[in-house]
Amino acid sequence: MRRTNVMRVVASVLAVGLAVSACGEPPPEEQDAGGEGGKEFVGCMVTDQGGPDDKSFNETSYKGLQDAEKDGAISEVKIAESNADSDYKPNVEEMVAGDCGMIVTVGFLLAEATQAAAEANPEEKFAIVDFLYTDPDTFEPVEIDNVKPLVFNTHEAAFLAGYLAAGQSETGKVATWGGLKIPTVTIFMDGFADGVAHYNKEKDKDVEVLGWDKKSQDGQFVGDFSNSNKAKQISDNLLSAGADIIMPVAGPIGEQAAVAAKDAGDASVIWVDTDGYESLTKYQDVILTSVEKGMDVAVQEATTAAAEDSFSNEPFVGTLENEGVSISPYHDFEDKVDDGLKQEVEDLKQQIIDGELKVESDAAF
Amino acid sequence: MTEQPPAQAEPTVGQRFVKELTTGNTALTFLSIVLALLIGAVLIVVSDPAVQEAGGYFFSRPVDLIAAIWESASSAYGAMFSGSVINFDAYTVGDALLPFGKTLTFATPLIGAGLAVALAFRAGLLNIGAQGQIIMGATCAGYVGFTYEMPAFFHVIVAIAAGFLGGAVWGGIAGFIKARTGAHEVIVTIMLNHIARLLLAYLLTIELFSRPGEALPRSPVVFESVQLWRPVAGSTVHIGLLFVLLAAGYSWWLLSRSTMGFRFRAVGHNPNAATTAGISVGRSYTAVMFIGGGMAGLAGAAHLLGTEHYLTDGIAGQLGFDAITVALLGRSSPVGTVAAGLLFGALRAGATTMAAQTQTPIDIVLVVQSLIVLFIAAPPLVRAVFRLKVRSTRAIAPEVGGRV
Repeated sequence: MRRTNVMRVVASVLAVGLAVSACGEPPPEEQDAGGEGGKEFVGCMVTDQGGPDDKSFNETSYKGLQDAEKDGAISEVKIAESNADSDYKPNVEEMVAGDCGMIVTVGFLLAEATQAAAEANPEEKFAIVDFLYTDPDTFEPVEIDNVKPLVFNTHEAAFLAGYLAAGQSETGKVATWGGLKIPTVTIFMDGFADGVAHYNKEKDKDVEVLGWDKKSQDGQFVGDFSNSNKAKQISDNLLSAGADIIMPVAGPIGEQAAVAAKDAGDASVIWVDTDGYESLTKYQDVILTSVEKGMDVAVQEATTAAAEDSFSNEPFVGTLENEGVSISPYHDFEDKVDDGLKQEVEDLKQQIIDGELKVESDAAF
Repeated sequence: MTEQPPAQAEPTVGQRFVKELTTGNTALTFLSIVLALLIGAVLIVVSDPAVQEAGGYFFSRPVDLIAAIWESASSAYGAMFSGSVINFDAYTVGDALLPFGKTLTFATPLIGAGLAVALAFRAGLLNIGAQGQIIMGATCAGYVGFTYEMPAFFHVIVAIAAGFLGGAVWGGIAGFIKARTGAHEVIVTIMLNHIARLLLAYLLTIELFSRPGEALPRSPVVFESVQLWRPVAGSTVHIGLLFVLLAAGYSWWLLSRSTMGFRFRAVGHNPNAATTAGISVGRSYTAVMFIGGGMAGLAGAAHLLGTEHYLTDGIAGQLGFDAITVALLGRSSPVGTVAAGLLFGALRAGATTMAAQTQTPIDIVLVVQSLIVLFIAAPPLVRAVFRLKVRSTRAIAPEVGGRV
């Protein structure tokens, strides 16, 4: 019987494999749990679609919880991933039913589910990334007693990136494009466009921004955060239109801008959310800088505060001043960026922090 | 009318597929589910860090590995059960049954959309367009729901009807194009899915469909008068379930008691014979896609008005594609579709509990769902695994070492 022979071979291969990998030392028989004296506090997170490995805002937020665990501020991390819109409510309710000390929800899509759960469970503590509740009639921010919003004035850092790009561009054209036209995306583009405009004003130059018009609030968008073909196409188009620096604001598919820039040879990319030099290691040589949005830091701080019984529902607004937003080191471009330009960017940063220079966006908080 | 396809003596792939689908036996379906769950268990066990750790010192203390394996699989499936059927940890009977309410909530749109696919199957059409039909149904129902103010009872009727019509027109377009031009319905419905998705994405950017003063792509919440009644306090079960069950009842009546249903089935079995018998194949295609699309539209409307209450571009999630699986598993019969919808509803409901409690990746459920389809699509495989007897004369059993 041929089939039996095949089975024998498979079985013996597996057995050898097991034998090789299964000779480790067992741990001591009994362990006393909780010997470190750290207190029990479970930090929980409900992600948006994309999950905790999306190389974007879910992943960065999740890192905040993991960092809090590493620091010993919390004892355990739990995560629930959403696969569809209909998962949000059940996932948040599962976390409420569990023994969570703090529940962090990621993204505006979870706003409704978070609010409902927070109102039904006033003793539970929540934090929501990237969303500020507003009154539907007056548009004024409203507070929910047990929800801490974590939002970011990303346009401040994007302004610096825009100024840098304008100074660095050789073609006199820089570009940006987005995943979806939502405030958390357009805020980057607003800041970028303003940074370029500021450069033009100071230097009496005429550097053009492709892909976004701040005045009409319209520009180039993929339409989602998953269509990498269209992302590549948009990037190629912008490059052939003469841009030599692109800032994609589209989470994982922003990578296509780096692919296009690398193909083009003489172009570079400004990454967003995280330091692209670390998260996009294949394209280190085209990453000029990154507009960082410190979601990990915000989540870590909020969770740590909750674990220390000092939870507050006051919104955290990340700015240049509190380092909630920043631009990354230049890494490989350290020598290619003119020292004068570097200094100007530093000065601008200080001016924004001091309030001498006002950077504005419709999407700001 | 150009509804007549070229004459063929051999049954087409579609016809043979439909035949296999509607005549497959129950045992096979059940065993497919069991097999899929078993493989799911293996994946859960293998991906569990605790098991991997215990496996590392198997020869020093083998009991640990066995205990870890048992702990891993049983806690994951236990959580899935307690999240979808009965939660034995709850204090009251009502609370204990809340998970079942969650299952019913998830099952509601699946049943409706499953019917859309099942009806089309019976007429020999592969309706891959449930996704688009759900989106159109939800969009139309939502528009009525958040734009107009009406008395409660009336409002629900109008919104549900709008949802049905939205889906029906979307399905009807595909049926009509198939009937008139012979364009393959799979391609047409897939394209219509994209059009529906992008149309909704566009609508959410215009003022008519967005909340005042907010630039996020989500619609206003529908008026309370149109939110479907939830008879059980604390549970999300809504009367949309009743609507889809009525739709299932209607589908049963349509298929087995009405002349129109007879025509559908005749066309599904053999379009040429149906033509000879004086049945208009083209008209049947359009009609079945219209009614089927309506069922998916109803599913979308019920999902929106009963569960979500506002539109986002992800309103349909994976429902339209899960619906295909539901119809396959339900053997394209209305009763089977209801049962399969409940099973998939339970899997979805249990998945969130399993993921939250045991930190098992939620994707395992997707794998289980897919495996079920795979096994149903490959009956000989399941027969071979379980050494089932084959009814057809083309015996395959000796080849795999079994006895006929």
